[in-house]
Amino acid sequence: MSPDPTGLDFWIDLFSAVFMVVGAVMSLGAAIGLLRFPDLLSRMHAATKPQVLGLFLLLAAIGLQMRTWWVWPVLVVAWIFQLLTVPVSAHMVGRAGYRTKHLHRELLTADELEAVVQKAAAKTAREDSSGDGQLH
Amino acid sequence: MSRRRISLRQELPLLVWLVIVWGALWQDFSPGNLLFGTLLAVAVARLFYLPPVELSGRFNILYAVPFALVFLAKVVVASAQVLYLAVMRGPQVKNAVVAVTLRSHQDLLVTATGHVISLIPGSLVVEVDRSTSTLYLHALNISSAEDVDNLRAEVRSIEAGLIRIMGTREEVDAVRTEAAA
Repeated sequence: MSPDPTGLDFWIDLFSAVFMVVGAVMSLGAAIGLLRFPDLLSRMHAATKPQVLGLFLLLAAIGLQMRTWWVWPVLVVAWIFQLLTVPVSAHMVGRAGYRTKHLHRELLTADELEAVVQKAAAKTAREDSSGDGQLH
Repeated sequence: MSRRRISLRQELPLLVWLVIVWGALWQDFSPGNLLFGTLLAVAVARLFYLPPVELSGRFNILYAVPFALVFLAKVVVASAQVLYLAVMRGPQVKNAVVAVTLRSHQDLLVTATGHVISLIPGSLVVEVDRSTSTLYLHALNISSAEDVDNLRAEVRSIEAGLIRIMGTREEVDAVRTEAAA
């Protein structure tokens, strides 16, 4: 394969190379974030955002290299499922992490949820002590 | 829990999506395969039906396309921002948990807004209060009250965009009057 700057193949290879490198850098960024960020909630940012884009770029590179149209729908479906599931898993982990206090409060500049959670906890405790409380 | 049957019109987007997934997974969009996929989609939707998603019945493609493009751009910005913060700030990053009250009380719109803001720069949904449709977000790199206000305005504008795409008539009117004011 000889590089020919005028050919279509050259441009396809160039774009897929760029996509793959940038996509890999994004996934590397996610890994660095997981190591460097101080608490669970900020790590969830690192776990969601760069890898969604990284996956998008790597899938685009696959699509360009396969050179057949039928691979695109499955790549699009794979990415859409990623878009749908990543926020949900981040939300579930984040929610559990917040309630089990896996966060550094001193790093928060504002916390508008704490009062709500404590109120709900107090209410649950009251209902439990009155006998027939229901956990929500 | 009793569930009322939903109309075919409301179920149609789900069925179309299932058929597309079927075709994509087989990598075969020939009529025979699609027909079999349709049969399976109907069977799955009948046998394992979920609580119906209440669609508003309108979908504005003119707002959807720019919104999708802006969303893609924001995903790129979000990734670059997280990468920058991870490398440069790391352990010193300042965060906040912010409550944002949304206009819409539809599950679909609250979910869609939550999904979009989880993927754009700096925010993640920690908790949802469905009765008041309040989202509690964890936001990265927030160091002042001004940043909190900016984030809140951003989330409200994303919700407005989604309402323009697929909100009910009343919600669209509310957004319009709010924008005019």
